Amino acid sequence: MLDFELRTIMPEIVILTTACLVLMVDVFMRVRQHNLPYRLTQIGLLFAAVLTFKSFGLGTEIILSGAFISDDLSHLLKLFIYLTTFVVLIYSHAYIRVRQILWGEYYCLTLFAVLGMMLLVSAQNILTLYLGLELLSLSLYAMVAMRRDSQMASEAAMKYFVMGALASGMLLYGFSLLYGITGTLDISTMAQVIASTPITDQLVLIFGLVFVVVGLAFKLGAAPFHMWIPDVYQGAPTSVVAFLSTAPKVAAFGMAIRLLVQALPALHPQWIDLLIVLAVLSIAIGNVVAIAQANIKRMLAYSTISHVGFLLLGLLAGNAAGYSAALFYVLTYSIMSLGAFGMVILLSKQGFEAENIDDFKGLNARSPWLAFIMLLLMFSLAGVPPTVGFYAKLAVIEAVLAVDHLVLALIAVFFAIIGAFYYLRVVKVMYFEAPEDASPITVSGGSRFAISLNGLAVLVLGIFPGALLAVCLAVLA
Amino acid sequence: MTGQALIFYTFAAVAIFSALMVITVQNAVRAVLFLVLAFVATAGVWLLMEAEFLAIILVLVYVGAVMVLFLFVVMMLDFTGATQKGPLRYLRPSMLLGVGLALGVVFLLFTVIGPKQFTIMDYPSPAARGADYNDVAHLGMVMYTDYVLAFIAAGCLLLVAMVAAISLAYRGHRAKRQRPSDQVKVKASDRIRLVKMSPGSRG
Amino acid sequence: MITEQLFTLAWILVKILAILLPLVVVIAYTTFFERKVIGYMQVRIGPNRVGPRGFLQPWADVFKLLLKEIIVPSASNRFLFLLAPILALAPALAAWAVIPFDQQLVLANVNAGLLFLLAMTSLGVYGIVIAGWASNSKYAFLGALRSSAQIISYEIAMGIALIGVLMAAGSLNLTEIVMAQSGNLLSWYWLPLFPLFVVYWIAGVAETNRLPFDLAEGESEIVAGFHVEYAGGAFALFFLAEYANMILISVLTALLFFGGWLSPFQGIPVLEEAFAWVPGIAWLLLKSACFMFMYLWLRATFPRYRYDQVMRLGWKVFIPLTTFWIILVAVAVRLGVGPWF
Repeated sequence: MLDFELRTIMPEIVILTTACLVLMVDVFMRVRQHNLPYRLTQIGLLFAAVLTFKSFGLGTEIILSGAFISDDLSHLLKLFIYLTTFVVLIYSHAYIRVRQILWGEYYCLTLFAVLGMMLLVSAQNILTLYLGLELLSLSLYAMVAMRRDSQMASEAAMKYFVMGALASGMLLYGFSLLYGITGTLDISTMAQVIASTPITDQLVLIFGLVFVVVGLAFKLGAAPFHMWIPDVYQGAPTSVVAFLSTAPKVAAFGMAIRLLVQALPALHPQWIDLLIVLAVLSIAIGNVVAIAQANIKRMLAYSTISHVGFLLLGLLAGNAAGYSAALFYVLTYSIMSLGAFGMVILLSKQGFEAENIDDFKGLNARSPWLAFIMLLLMFSLAGVPPTVGFYAKLAVIEAVLAVDHLVLALIAVFFAIIGAFYYLRVVKVMYFEAPEDASPITVSGGSRFAISLNGLAVLVLGIFPGALLAVCLAVLA
Repeated sequence: MTGQALIFYTFAAVAIFSALMVITVQNAVRAVLFLVLAFVATAGVWLLMEAEFLAIILVLVYVGAVMVLFLFVVMMLDFTGATQKGPLRYLRPSMLLGVGLALGVVFLLFTVIGPKQFTIMDYPSPAARGADYNDVAHLGMVMYTDYVLAFIAAGCLLLVAMVAAISLAYRGHRAKRQRPSDQVKVKASDRIRLVKMSPGSRG
Repeated sequence: MITEQLFTLAWILVKILAILLPLVVVIAYTTFFERKVIGYMQVRIGPNRVGPRGFLQPWADVFKLLLKEIIVPSASNRFLFLLAPILALAPALAAWAVIPFDQQLVLANVNAGLLFLLAMTSLGVYGIVIAGWASNSKYAFLGALRSSAQIISYEIAMGIALIGVLMAAGSLNLTEIVMAQSGNLLSWYWLPLFPLFVVYWIAGVAETNRLPFDLAEGESEIVAGFHVEYAGGAFALFFLAEYANMILISVLTALLFFGGWLSPFQGIPVLEEAFAWVPGIAWLLLKSACFMFMYLWLRATFPRYRYDQVMRLGWKVFIPLTTFWIILVAVAVRLGVGPWF
């Protein structure tokens, strides 16, 4: 019995072991100028990916006394978590090395964050869910603060920490109310108990739900709980932001599904109202405020907020089509965001951060291929066909229309068009303005290959979205 | 039974009183000492609830270790600036908004999760255990079987906190270091050379 | 009903007194023997004026201290200043509640006895820290800071060492821990847990602020450390607490690693019967007395550790060592090695 359970949880064990190994290797290797922690981390991620991939389609298993669920949804989310982490590390390997960030600890914390995300998407009771979330958050706080000599990074870490702690408190308070009424930590039992609660007794549940949704919105970065996002994105090292804006978003989607859809389906009418407010505000604030930004990391931060709004649109459709559209959206968003931040990382050099939109001036003249990749990524973020961003937005809006939220769909389209402006501004700057610094760009072969694949993936997925969409539908069926 | 109630109310009153003092007292060291008192009183309440293990662990870990570190840090920093004015020193007109909000939340809490929803009938106290009941063993059994994943995850959380704290505080090796193993290996002959001198010779 | 409860209460009080009064006498004579032993080690005679061979010396000291004035410095925090000695003494005495002197001879036979002890010994530091802070004196303050850092550091190693013991015995109950060691001299835990025993003993010396770890006092550097401002009865309470803790650590070492009240001749055919008349408590006291002597011996032999070396020893030597050994113990318990596990 135990052997069987251990086999199911093997990817988590692999990641945990790798994290401890990286820590040990870093401490006991005298020479700190080596790639071993990086290599080990990547091997661990690959190994875990193979294990997770092999367990695809084996059906749903609930193990460890109902603490952990292994289903296809968790496998898909985990695969994307590994993938984005793997690629982010390729991009940031040189970045963190040049900036003398303590890399052993960096990779170790990254792995622990991955472990936290894995627990988060595989949580079958709210205790596991909370612990996974905290494991993720704590690692991220430290990673944001890792450039200790930078005041911006310290400020960002402080804001992130305080806001994150507040959000955790909200979430926990909501959990405590849910637990008080239902008397269970288990997600599926909780859903059953709530379904049998008479409507009149649901006041406490709704009160708890509000706290849960607020906590969730903080973690996802949905407006009006988005205040920390721009500051953190601007202040943190770009490699950390690239990580922060991709894999945790995927995991947060998993958390939202587990909490709202699986634990509280009976409160669906109530949380839909909350999500509508969050979605509209996020899409509006994200797209409008992004226009005013000169710093590309800050601009992408607001872009994240607007994309979270779209993600919530998919969720609030409240049916399998909506959930799978949202899943498709978050997966493709993670790829686009990965590429965009990857580009910011690759253009940075020692002593220079390519943080301003002006730093992209004349990129076409300096490196046509990278400019083309960036063009694809920006088109995709803006939702221009035939890139995948277009298809993702289309799927979400279709799902919203299917449940007769015409006004919502119109608002979403309206602000998406406004939003296209600032993405296209980056493209314009790259192609039609003269570079300030005409020196050619040196990018290592591995990173160049990865970013090329990343950009082309956006295009290919946009032309052939069917396969991924089918998978998304299948895992949420 | 009344004796138990008396003990409970004593501990509860001490806990609440000292918790209030923690946030109103002006001297940081005394605030920490009141926090210690609050922990001890809470441990007393837990003992009454037959959670002996938790009560002792609370004293051992929080009072015996965490609070000592707190005290250490507070004493080292020696906040004297805050001792000048009374507890109303933070009062601002804008606080009215906060007070209003807080009152609203309190009202909401009373109406939503008041005694109506959480009646004492719905949550009866568990049956008292015999004197030979070993809650350490029981807790261990539950923790290492049903909640093993949460237990390990919490362990990871602590490890991450440690790694994070060290990586944020670590500033590289200091230039001046000693190797105790080298110090131990030193022999008298390494440090001092005895030279035979004939009494008559002069340098 | 009420009278019955009052009777129970009175009976408990009698039992407490039956432990505390002999303890205080032992403490008084420990100070006397300390001076004698160290005197002989330094080829002196030691106190020999009061009473026959100086045997009334402790009483002279007690009366001298009690009759002296308690001076409260004017700039100190009066309440905390007077509270500190009580806080130092109370846990040192409370810990004795769970000490078994024989198989049946224990005031409170609690299941989590070991944890209770650990909790009580960790509380003693408050007396020192508060004394140092409330005195409003630089020397006292330095002593308090040193003490808090030192006690935290050694408590961890001590706790981990105790984990080894409780894993081997499978219980947190002190009586059961002693009974688990029965067999013969070699089945006591000093043999399988030897590194833990050494760490426990050294950490115990450090926890009681005794030489070579008496940095909180450090009379040559910070005059007398945390109790530099204390005089008379208040000082006597600190003194009492220190010695009560020393005796506690000695008794605990005997209980946890040297079979407590078990006869050392257990399992040896002829000698076991020959010494069967000796009560268990005598063996316990004898074993504890050996460790008390070790305390004095250490004091006469070693110079004081430097502060950073104390920290290094605690964190970089003891904690890894004990952690490694409890992993070994875990494996041994799993495999059921020898007569011990």
